[in-house]
Amino acid sequence: MAMAAALVAGALRRGRAGGARNVAGEALRRLVSTLVVAEHEGGLVKPSSLSALAAAEAIAKDNKVSLLLAGSGPALHKAAEHAASSHPLVNEVLVADSDVFAHPLAEPWAELLHSVQKKGGYSHVIASSTSFGKNLLPRAAALLDVSPVTDVTAISEPRVFVRPIYAGNALCTVRYTGENPCMMSIRSTSFSPNTESMSETKVAPITQVDLSFLSEESSSKSSWVNLTSQDTERPDLANARVVVTGGRGLKSAENFKLLEQLAEKLGAAVGATRAAVDAGYVPNELQVGQTGKIVAPELYIAFGVSGAIQHLAGMRDSKVIVAVNKDADAPIFQVADYGIVGDLFDVLGQLLEKIPDKK
Amino acid sequence: MKILVAVKRVVDYAVKVRVRPDRTAVDTASVKMSMNPFCEIAVEEALRLREAGAAAEVIAATVGPAQAADTLRTALAMGADRAVHVLHDPDPARPLLPLAVAKVLRALALQENPGLVILGKQAIDDDCNQTGQMLAALLNWPQGTFASKVIIDKDKQKATVEREVDGGTETICLDLPAVITTDLRLNQPRYATLPNIMKAKSKVIKKVTPAELNVDIRSDMEVVQVDEPPKRKAGVILSSVDELLDKLKNEAHVL
Repeated sequence: MAMAAALVAGALRRGRAGGARNVAGEALRRLVSTLVVAEHEGGLVKPSSLSALAAAEAIAKDNKVSLLLAGSGPALHKAAEHAASSHPLVNEVLVADSDVFAHPLAEPWAELLHSVQKKGGYSHVIASSTSFGKNLLPRAAALLDVSPVTDVTAISEPRVFVRPIYAGNALCTVRYTGENPCMMSIRSTSFSPNTESMSETKVAPITQVDLSFLSEESSSKSSWVNLTSQDTERPDLANARVVVTGGRGLKSAENFKLLEQLAEKLGAAVGATRAAVDAGYVPNELQVGQTGKIVAPELYIAFGVSGAIQHLAGMRDSKVIVAVNKDADAPIFQVADYGIVGDLFDVLGQLLEKIPDKK
Repeated sequence: MKILVAVKRVVDYAVKVRVRPDRTAVDTASVKMSMNPFCEIAVEEALRLREAGAAAEVIAATVGPAQAADTLRTALAMGADRAVHVLHDPDPARPLLPLAVAKVLRALALQENPGLVILGKQAIDDDCNQTGQMLAALLNWPQGTFASKVIIDKDKQKATVEREVDGGTETICLDLPAVITTDLRLNQPRYATLPNIMKAKSKVIKKVTPAELNVDIRSDMEVVQVDEPPKRKAGVILSSVDELLDKLKNEAHVL
């Protein structure tokens, strides 16, 4: 008896949802407003955050976007000015200026996001899938009691998304059926900012966020000590047009210098496999793969990379893939557009010789 | 201090998964399952902290179907003291979401009062990278995600965590209790020895249901379909560097 009642109730729910979907879809489109959590550096909004704006555009053409920037000091305000004219959909720039946000600690940032969402009632919240976004977004989502979607690569409806699972070996289309806001981190290599619409001149107003929600507690439980970064002249790995990668076949940190020379000539970023990082040839932030960076450059050249599932997850969307490996059966050749079976040092030497220096 | 470690049973990392013909999910029937690699690192770290005297007891917990008990046995064989199995049979169309797992773990944390909860940074099946952060939020504890080094100061009740972030390595300091999620380079997990596997059989696995913990397992995500990723068109093997440079310039136009 109870079961029959449950079945009827279930059928009713399904019927309602089915019939109402189109109407609801229309209403949803009208009510879309998005908060983009942006990162900035040196007075500019980071390219990955501009990709988040492209994702906001993919949700709805007439999306009203509020862009949230936090930090402290003059660089923040310079970045806010950049943000204000970064995309025609940007309706307002929200600035949270406090020493609490000087470093990317999840605790105060999540409270900020929680507070801004409560006030703005956005239908969507987007951050880029950077280490910052991955650290912050789920924490803020739990405070709001909603489930976020990680690493969105395509948006087909305002609440229907595609995301890779199992290290990119399957693409899962999910429909978010929960309360607002619908929160997501986007894979920045899947959303390229529309440069045409960016050129339109529109300057959004800049508003200061009321920070009275900040409690003593929010900034006392964690503290930032330092950041050890690799000084590098190279373009950023995640956004480079060309990436040259070395695997275990490079054999030593010394040999990675050869890759750097090639990268210099090509204006490329240097990447590495987990094996090369674990062997200590290069620092771990150069790792490309499921657990490292996801890249999708125009040209990806892999030297001495076997092509494990976890590595392919990080580069399979590259436009052109070149593989150099002495093992003709290496799985990397199954995804490579051009392959050379041979000694990588020989090929590397010839490339260094034959490619002219970059002007 | 106690350490609570969350572990997940997933398709073994070396298995090449296949999408089911009906496109409802990835085929997991008769596929080798193992402990999620990041969870192994979490267990190892908890054991090392116990061996260093920073913790007295390591409790492993999982949320999953009956078979997930195997994963808890693995954690016990590695050296965990006891385990809690929160029984839940997931509906493939309505996946068990990190938020629900975080709510279960929160309930367990409130029962056990650990000084530290350690989780993997992500499960290699759903690749979400959310549960640890959500648990920290629900408990209002600080979080140290993507940890590559953890130092516990018992007297000051603080944890210093080195984190793998995009620009390099960041060091932060957290008040205990805290939530930490592990990156690959935190440690090298040990293998369970045969005597320890035998010993693990007599260790206690407590079974509870989400209802007993007052947690409502809600899923706000509906799987519409699962597809194979697009296949790349077959490439060509070239015989010389000159040929490669020619192709890159004149065919692919990327140089």
